[in-house]
Amino acid sequence: MTDSILQMRDITKTFPGVKALQDVNLDVRRGEIHAICGENGAGKSTLMKVLSGVYSHGSYTGQILLDGQEVRFSSINDSEEQGVVIIHQELALVPHLSVAENMFLGNERRGRLGLIDWRQTNADAAELMARVGLRENPVTKIGHLGVGKQQLVEIAKALSKDVRLLILDEPTAALNDTDSEHLLGLLRQLNASGVTCIMISHKLGEIASIADRTTILRDGRTVETLDMSGPDTTQDRIIRGMVGRDLEHRYPERTPQVGEELFRVEGWTVDHPSQTGRRVVEDASFTVRAGEVVGIAGLMGAGRTELAMSLFGRSWGHYVSGSTYLHGQQVRMRTVDEAIDAGLAYATEDRKYYGLNLIDDVRHNTSAAALDKVSRAGWVNGLEELKVANDFRRSLNTKTPSVLSPVGKLSGGNQQKVVLAKWLMTEPEVLILDEPTRGIDVGAKFEIYTIINRMVAEGKGVLVISSELPELLGICDRIYTLASGRITGELPRAEATQERLMALMTMEKETAR
Amino acid sequence: MTTPSTLDAKDTVTQKEEPPASTMNIRELLTHNLRQSGILVAFVAIVALFSLLHPNFLSPGNITNIVLQYSYILILAIGMIIVIIGGHIDLSVGSLVALTGATSAVLVVQNGMPWYVGALAALGVGILAGMWQGFWVAYVGIPAFIVTLAGMLIFRGLTFLVLDNISLSPFGGTYYEIANGFQNGLFGGRGVDVFTLVIFAIGVAGYAVNSWRGRRAAIRYKQEVVGLPLFVLKIVLVAAVVMWFAYQLATSRGLPNVLILLAFLVLIYGLVTQRTVFGRNVYAIGGNLHAAQLSGVKVKKVNFLIFVNMGLLAAVAGIVYSSRMNGAQPGAGNMFELDAIAACFIGGAAVTGGVGRVTGAIIGGLIMAVMSNGMQLMGIDQSIQQVVKGMVLLLAVAFDVYNKRRAGN
Ligand SMILES: Nc1ncnc2c1ncn2[C@@H]1O[C@H](COP(=O)(O)OP(=O)(O)OP(=O)(O)O)[C@@H](O)[C@H]1O
Ligand SMILES: [Mg+2]
Repeated sequence: MTDSILQMRDITKTFPGVKALQDVNLDVRRGEIHAICGENGAGKSTLMKVLSGVYSHGSYTGQILLDGQEVRFSSINDSEEQGVVIIHQELALVPHLSVAENMFLGNERRGRLGLIDWRQTNADAAELMARVGLRENPVTKIGHLGVGKQQLVEIAKALSKDVRLLILDEPTAALNDTDSEHLLGLLRQLNASGVTCIMISHKLGEIASIADRTTILRDGRTVETLDMSGPDTTQDRIIRGMVGRDLEHRYPERTPQVGEELFRVEGWTVDHPSQTGRRVVEDASFTVRAGEVVGIAGLMGAGRTELAMSLFGRSWGHYVSGSTYLHGQQVRMRTVDEAIDAGLAYATEDRKYYGLNLIDDVRHNTSAAALDKVSRAGWVNGLEELKVANDFRRSLNTKTPSVLSPVGKLSGGNQQKVVLAKWLMTEPEVLILDEPTRGIDVGAKFEIYTIINRMVAEGKGVLVISSELPELLGICDRIYTLASGRITGELPRAEATQERLMALMTMEKETAR
Repeated sequence: MTTPSTLDAKDTVTQKEEPPASTMNIRELLTHNLRQSGILVAFVAIVALFSLLHPNFLSPGNITNIVLQYSYILILAIGMIIVIIGGHIDLSVGSLVALTGATSAVLVVQNGMPWYVGALAALGVGILAGMWQGFWVAYVGIPAFIVTLAGMLIFRGLTFLVLDNISLSPFGGTYYEIANGFQNGLFGGRGVDVFTLVIFAIGVAGYAVNSWRGRRAAIRYKQEVVGLPLFVLKIVLVAAVVMWFAYQLATSRGLPNVLILLAFLVLIYGLVTQRTVFGRNVYAIGGNLHAAQLSGVKVKKVNFLIFVNMGLLAAVAGIVYSSRMNGAQPGAGNMFELDAIAACFIGGAAVTGGVGRVTGAIIGGLIMAVMSNGMQLMGIDQSIQQVVKGMVLLLAVAFDVYNKRRAGN
């Protein structure tokens, strides 16, 4: 029996200069978990925004049927009333408000006189939190929770709205394996209790494990819908649908040609910026050689980003001690421009906050860290800048109507490529990549790995921070593990396995080193 | 001055696999940049309205008057737009206009020094005041709102001290000519000043050539451009309006000195904001401070310079204002900061920073100027004028917000 809870028919949505969706069809059965995948910019998020009323009826063409009835949402409130709730790719929580306040934001629990009934609010919040397995105090500030828990808060928030159809846009992109597992378990549980789910994800393993069916989008069109229990539905099959061709390897081949030591860090120690005396990175020492890809593995909160940012011109925390060497010479990098001059580059994991000026265009964002390369005596050569931006757009295969489009309008993965372009343009000796493939599709990941390989082939060094152990194992020559701010181990690729890395990453403080 | 050949079409790269350049029609041209065309249309509508309501509004004499009367607000708006793009605000410029004017009055009027000593001293005071505020904002990290609110009080107080609570006048002589003098008669002409016409014609020609080169470069880069007939029509239209304006000036008293100064400033600051590393850094800081910091932008230095520059321009406005008033008063420049800020927001700047243009601020300022002048001509009460100006500011920004919401969908 095929009982559709949702049918989207011939959806077409255009933005100025872009046809984001063209005659897209989607059919979701009641009670299933339906995955949506496709390359960056394929239109996945846009389709879900159409469905949830973010783009109101009239701004697109086509029909949406919910339980066989046509619906015309003109806002999110309309869709939520019908039990359709979306959790966006970028979380929408207010860091300074408590968990409970966030949960009922815009939907406050009121008591007499229209005042907020705090007791009711916190009690309801606690109940919903219990349903998603979150054991925190409802008055905890959201900012104090990790991303994994914030994601759970979003789901709890959705539950407070009597959700029937839950849409999750890349819910696990920012989560580590443990948190992802937990989230997927929760989804299964919700699904069993009758909530239909639509989930966008670039993680094919996770799609294979959780989805009943998968719809693949490519360039704004539906390619096909696959039954995941079908005999020939393999990950390779999905990839072929997404990129339109077979992708033989997930990781490009590379014969390592490791040379001299390029970058060395000794005894790097950093304190928390506001909580005095709290060590975040302690006595970290490591090296990167020319032509080498070095990985840093660590759990969320291990201090990976903090280590990288503090190295990069001390842009995080209080420097306590430690020294850095390039080509055997000690270099001081006290500010970001000193670090850039020395030949360091750091591509952030948080592109919205640290990476991009979203209201400006692709061109200006590309040149933001290397304006001196396209200017003379303080004057920017606009033509040269345009040329360079276009070159990067082509070599990284960034999908944008033009380099003059605002970066904020690009899909998540393509924004990531702009961040990468910005740092490649500085022509660094050592490139630090913090979660470089977060939210990026398989095809683009391959492209990014290829770029990494190209860099090391030129004798540069690359330091990769990643939560995805298979990725580190796939591309690195050597991997360091970080736990509670200390380096707890170092494994060459030949000796590294997920299990051994995991064991080192979860090492307790006392036993470390 | 040699500007970099930013839009030189010659040394372009050939590009493959790109869609061909398309052209826009009139509707697309207008909606393409709704904000900019919206404000221009509003400006034209307001001018048309007043010229219908009052026969003298577009008379040569009155047009000259508008330029003279509001030049100092426009000068302030140029500095203010940079402050606002950087994500700050400056509430002290009115007081600084008074202080710099007072400084030069004390030297020139009271002590009989030459006019340029007064002007240079005023500029010096402006720069010092800018450095003072820049220091607190950039290096100490106090929000500009607070620093310049303090500055507003401090500079006003200093003005009273410097002037000893009295007004000083007259400047007379060359100093008086700065804001009240004209350039004319150089090439003769009967009742129509040829010099003025020639200067404007050169300006129009420059504009046409620059637009043409820009369009060609855009085509090379496969960008959307307006169709050729429409492009020509636009140039012709601009040329006609500008030459008509020039003719009005030429039949009146000629080319006002302040207009030359203003044109010079608009050109320079247009280039500074759009084509220099400094300008780019200002947009970067206002757009996303954290990203700018992590891109190696020297945020403190740039913020400091933003305020030094504002101080300098406030001093220029102070000189022009004191010259126009032919003296200095303790209460001069009151509320100028609000007019300058309003000009920026009417001209499309964003409260959150990172957005805005010098030309936008100028048009915003002109809208305010035209409205004030028109309402004065018609003898409308001061109080009503305030209400109308407030409404215009509110509606302009509301239009912005509405547009953004629509573009998002
Ligand atoms: N507000 C907007 N204005 C203009 N173009 C947009 C806008 N939103 C999305 N687009 C464009 O529509 C296309 C589809 O974007 P969408 O965000 O749906 O991609 P996606 O499949 O979710 O990609 P990702 O996996 O990177 O998140 C992209 O080319 C993007 O640039
Ligand atoms: Mg998306």
